[in-house]
Formats: sequence, C-alpha cells, structure tokens
Amino acid sequence: MADLWLQFLLTIDATLRVATPLILCAMAGIFSEKSGVIDISLEGKMLMSAFVAAAVATLTSSALAGMFAAIGVAIMLGLLHGLASITLRGNQVISGLAINILASGLTVTVGIAMFQQGGQTPNLARAERFRPIELPFAEQLGGIPIIGTIYREVISGHNILVWIALGAVLFTAFMLTRTRFGLRLRAVGEKPEALDSAGVSVARTRYLALIIAGILCGMAGAYLSTAHGSGFVREMTAGKGYIALAAMIFGKWQPRGALLACLLFGFLEAVASRLQGVELPLIGQAPVDLILALPYLLTVILLAGFVGKAMPPRAIGEPYIKER
Amino acid sequence: MANGGSWSPLAIELSDINKSFGDVHANRNVSLTVVPGHIHGIIGENGAGKSTLVSILYGFYGADSGTIRINGETTTIRNSADAIGKGIGMVHQHFMLVPNFTVLENVMLGREGSLSVETGARKAREALNKLSQDFGLAVDPDMIVEDLPVGLQQRVEILKALFRGAEILILDEPTGVLTPQETEQLFDILRALRKQGVTILLITHKLKEIMAITDDVSVMRGGEMVAHLQTADTSPAELAELMVGRKVLLEVDHTPARPGAPVLDVQDLCLTDAAGIDQLKQISMTLREGEIVGIAGVSGNGQSELLDVLSGIMAPTGGHFTVGTNQITAERPSDPAELRDFGVAHVPEDRHKCGIVLPFSAAESMILGYSGGDEEDGGWWLSPSKLEESCAGRMREFDIRPPIPKLQSANFSGGNQQKIVLAREISTQPKLLLVGQPTRGVDIGAIEFIHKQLIALRNEGCAILLVSVELDEIMSLSDRILVMNNGQIVGELAREDADERALGLMMAGIGAEEKDAGSAKGAAS
Repeated sequence: MADLWLQFLLTIDATLRVATPLILCAMAGIFSEKSGVIDISLEGKMLMSAFVAAAVATLTSSALAGMFAAIGVAIMLGLLHGLASITLRGNQVISGLAINILASGLTVTVGIAMFQQGGQTPNLARAERFRPIELPFAEQLGGIPIIGTIYREVISGHNILVWIALGAVLFTAFMLTRTRFGLRLRAVGEKPEALDSAGVSVARTRYLALIIAGILCGMAGAYLSTAHGSGFVREMTAGKGYIALAAMIFGKWQPRGALLACLLFGFLEAVASRLQGVELPLIGQAPVDLILALPYLLTVILLAGFVGKAMPPRAIGEPYIKER
Repeated sequence: MANGGSWSPLAIELSDINKSFGDVHANRNVSLTVVPGHIHGIIGENGAGKSTLVSILYGFYGADSGTIRINGETTTIRNSADAIGKGIGMVHQHFMLVPNFTVLENVMLGREGSLSVETGARKAREALNKLSQDFGLAVDPDMIVEDLPVGLQQRVEILKALFRGAEILILDEPTGVLTPQETEQLFDILRALRKQGVTILLITHKLKEIMAITDDVSVMRGGEMVAHLQTADTSPAELAELMVGRKVLLEVDHTPARPGAPVLDVQDLCLTDAAGIDQLKQISMTLREGEIVGIAGVSGNGQSELLDVLSGIMAPTGGHFTVGTNQITAERPSDPAELRDFGVAHVPEDRHKCGIVLPFSAAESMILGYSGGDEEDGGWWLSPSKLEESCAGRMREFDIRPPIPKLQSANFSGGNQQKIVLAREISTQPKLLLVGQPTRGVDIGAIEFIHKQLIALRNEGCAILLVSVELDEIMSLSDRILVMNNGQIVGELAREDADERALGLMMAGIGAEEKDAGSAKGAAS
C-alpha cells in the first residue's frame, strides 16, 4: 500500500516535470493566439532555444546565461514570425512552419559545426544546469504520512523553471484580465479594427504579444536542455510544441484550461514511462510503444475533434488590412 | 457660408482633398465646410466617395493631397489616435466593437487610463453614468455587446466617441441596420447632441434622412462634391437628381397584381442550426403566380436562412415546402440544382459569396449553376465563343456595362454585377424567383432598372419572394408583405395597409413579444 502510494506520488512528480515545457509553451501560445496570430512556431522556437541554452551554458558554464540567450533567440524568431505575418501580412501557418523547419535544420547544422558530436551538445556539468531546489525540512517532514510524503516527493525537489512555469499561468491569467495590455490583447484577436479605431496600434500590440510568447518559449527550451536534460539532443522537442498547441486549444485559449490540459498530457507521458516493462493484468506486458504514442494520439484527437466546439479568437489567422 | 464674418471658426474645413486607389480616383478635389453645432449631411450613391472622405477625416487613410482644418487649425491626421486627439469621433457603418467584451470594456478600450484596468474601469463607469444622464443614452455597462440589440450597440459606439471627448461626431450610414423606431430614437439622440453643441456629420444614401434631420447637405457623385445646400432650401427630387446626374423616377410604376395558382406552399417550416438555435420557427406561407411577396425585417431575423432553405442550400429540420408538385421535407431534402429543375431561381443576398465568382469572366459568371444545359455548351465541353455570344446578348438586354463578356466579374460595378446575376436567373424563365437584397450596394440608376425588371417578370406570371432590409423597396415592390422577427412570421400586411410605422413595430417584435420589447424599452429610456 505504502509502495503504491509512493509510486503514485512519483508519477505526479514526473507529471509536473514533463508538463513544465508544455505549460510554458501553452502560455506562450495563449499570448500569440489571443492577439490573433496563429503560432505553430512554438515547436521551432522551443527547439532553437533548447539548443542555444545548452550551447551557451557549455561555453559560459552558466545555466542562467544559457537561458537568457535562449530567450533572446526565441524572441528573435517571434519577431521574424511577426515580420512575415503582421508587417508583410503573409500566411501565419506557413511562416510558423518555416520557422519550425529552420530550427530543425539549423540546430543540427550549427551543433555539428560547433561541437562535432552529431548535432548534440556536450553533456552539461552540474553548474551548467538548473538544479533541483530541495525545500527546507523535506527529509524530516517526509516521515509524516500523506502530507509529509507529498511535500517531500511532489512539492520539493523541482528546479526553478518548474516554479516559473506555474507562475507563468498566474501571470498570463493576470495579464489577460487585469491589465490594460491584456484588454488590448484580447481586443486585437477578436476585432483588430476596433482597437485601431480606438487609436491603438494593431501591429504594436501583436508584436508585444509575440515578444512575450518568445520569452516563455525560450524558457521552455532552456528547461528541456539545461534543467530536465543535461544537454541538447537533435529534435529533442519531439513535437512538444504541437502538443502544447493542442493543450492550449483544448483549454479554450484560457490559462487555467490550458494548464489542466498540459497536466493531462504530462500525466500520460509520466504513466507511459512508469509502465515500461510492467506486467499488467489481462494485457500482460504493457505495450510501451502504444502508451508512448498516447499523448500524440490524444493531440490528433483533440485537434480534430474538439476544435469545433472551442471558440478561437475571431480574428485569428487574418492579417490586419484596413478595409478599402 | 458664414465663414469670415462668424466669430467661431468652422468645425471642419476640407479643401481640395484627393485620394486614389490604384486607377480609381475615389476623391477628386473635394472641399467641405461644416458649421459647428450643425448636423451636416453628406449624401451620394455607393461608390461616390463619401466613405473615403470620412475615412481620411478619421485617419484611416492619408489623403494624396489637400488640407484639413479642424476648428480653424490646419492639421494632419495620420491615424485614429490623431483624429481622437482633435476631438473627432466616428460611428462606423460596421461597428468597431469587440463582440464578446462588455459595454464598459469596449468604451474604455484605448483609454484605460493606467496599466491596471481597475482604475480605468471605475472612471469609465462614472463617465458613462454622466453621459447617459446628459444625453439620455442609457446602456447597462456590464452587458456583453453581442447580446445587445443593434440599436443599443450603435449607442455604445456613440458613447465610445463621447467618452473620448468627441466634439465632432461622424456617423457613416448609421441607419442601415435599424428599425424605423430605432432610427427615430437615434435622431432624437442626435438632436440632443446638437443642443449640447456637438457638430455632427451624417453620411447616408437615404434622401429621407437628409430631409428629416440635417441643417446642411453636401452631395457627392463620382468622387466629386457636386453641391452644397441648406436642407431647408432643397427637395428630395433635387437631391436625387444631383446624386445621379439625371432625373430619376423615385417611385416604381406598380400596377395591381393578378395572382394565379399557388407556386410555393410552405407549411410549418423549421430550421435548427448546428448550435441548436432555432433559426426558423414554423414558417407557413403561400406564393401565387404573378405576385411579389416581400419579407420585411431587421437583418438577422431568419430571412437569410429562409432563402437558404427555399433555394435548397440548407435542408429544413422540420415542416415542408412544396414547389409545384414537388415536396421538400427534412427526410427528403433537395439541393439547388434539383430546385432549379423545378423552376426555382435564386438571386442570393451576398452576390460576392454566392452570386458570382469574382475572378471569373462575365461570360463564365453568367452560366454558373446552368452549365449542364446544352445551349451554351455541348455537354462536357465549354465553348468560350458560344458562351460569350449568349452573354453579349444578355448584356444588351439587361444594359450591363461595360458590355464585354471577357471582362473579369470583379471589374464590374456592384450594380452591374447584380444585373449579371439577375440576367442569369431571369433568363431561365423561372416559376419562382427568390431575391435577396436585390439592390444592396447598387446605384440609384441600376435600382430603377432592377425594380422594373422584377415587376415585368411578375407581370409575366412569375412568383417572386423578395427579401430586403430596405423598407422602401419592400413597400414599393410588394403586393403583400410578411414581417419576420426572431425566426417567425409575425404579421402580414396587404400593400395598401403597409406603412413604415406599422411595419416597424412588427419588425421590432412588438405585439408578438410584448414582454421583451417592454424591457428593452425600459433599458433604453
């Protein structure tokens, strides 16, 4: 019984760790898409910043420097997406796709050129990574049944970026509902001409949204390569950007809904890795491949089946052109 | 004009404004002077350049040349923020409101006051209370805008402008979506604003409105300003002539109908959409040979859906309708091709979406939906020369200009595009013609022609169902008038008994839903 409880707690703990980049990306997606810009480039921005974070961390021996560089590069990619889709009024899906392809190729090419390890970055040392933060008295309180074990196994022992991700949810919710910028952001995604006629620049508001999205994506990438992992591996995002996008849509473009959806995806992945090699009643050995595929299957199902019911921002995907 | 002698400067003074879009010279040497505290009308047909002119004034477009003086000061207006800063407010034809925001959020958007919305919201709420007392402009600040009736949404637009300190208020075609009663309320508000010293620029293509409310009127035609008059010194006939450039017949020559056998019989027709909303509720009516039945109603009350069902674009979800001997029900739905075979022709409401294909040539647009016949083609193969030949014939018959079959549909004016659709549908000699908004975005000259064609078709024995938001059109063409509100037919009037007031009350649903109307009125006062 106690063992099962511990297994459960460890799974929840893993859920949080796996969900962190999803949460950061989903919040990034909320900023972009609430402003009316489709953001499938979450994947590319995260991949590129994962590489940059690891590379800079290796070169400077500082995880923090790596993260700031990652944020910088994600913002750059966001601005590139903005240039194509806001200023030049291009197709937002194609622009996003181009960024994803660019990131996929560039990370490997530059990685090989810099480190000669087949696209990987060298393994990061302890100081070059974000370390888990053991909360005070975790070991002592761990003896207390239930609450103590939850404190030790689930709450304690996460790195700073996990906490930042959870904070980002509160930040996003606060920005959207309580601030001037949030009001304008929601307006520009629903009816850009209303914002324009109110004397506020549509382009400026959208660029700002993309910059904030870039910051969040940068942290998601840094988390993957310098906190959760210990170095960059080619294609290490493995579609997490798309999963975050699906979670955001499933969460109806709302921070709370998106958080819950990210946790659901994180839970599935955590369960999948726990179930590897475990004998299950009736089925026998757990079909690991199937379980690993679950989050992706769910992504497809959610994107295909639930989009119709969710209410996207009305002006999403449309470049703003003053009417003739 | 009381220019030099007057002690207060002119509110607006535009001189020699020019603006081109590609080859189109939308404004040519346009000048305009507006006296402060007056209601000044600008009238002209669609495409006369009225909207371009006010868009320049509100900073949506920059003028190519010319000067703008506001309250005597020469200014440049680069964007809406500049215009707002100069005390100019605008109520757009298509509302600039965020549909899922509250009234309060819409009013304060762009004027939040501080980084946090809380303080801005408090200030906006106070200002709204004061404005509603001063001008009788009551609206519940916490209502979601899309849940408000159109008349109140427009009120929010006016409040938005006043909250931003507008002393000059521009209204672009403000009555297009209003019932006659709502229009009266709007005019009351405008009069109250004028009393408080607000200068109002009213853009419209309706002569009646100019005569009813303006002090001065300027007439535009073909991108130019052709006359400045004092309203008291002019007449609708004179204005119409100035707008069109020739004498026009404002009344249609309407002879009594001689209805024959029933052509269309509709019984308890219902339509529930994908979201589960009842768009059509138990519609029943009969249409006979040789009569025009008009459907009046504020747009969005089920008229479009009725046309969609009767033309076979959508299947009914309940009830049935019969065309000739063919019955269409939910279980046995039809499609537009089959209904065409039954003798139903359809001039759709939105010609750009459903009527023609803009990049197609006129000759191609002229056979859309009828390409299965054998007169223009040999079955499988299209013969461009035959298509163009028959198109040229119809262009002569319907006075479509320019008469060039090869020309892209997009390059025809709204009126001529509509004539292409009409020519295509009428020339099949239908038993039943469904017409939606036949003269939307069509100039007066073409309106005259289209109305004549419809009457002629009726006299040949065709049954015509006419849907229009233009009450004047409904009243001048219809032999009988049905009024729709909220997906239902709420009343029927014979041609002789129809007047604007009676129709307006029905359109607003008063009588059918006294309770709702009563509470809406309560909110309005």
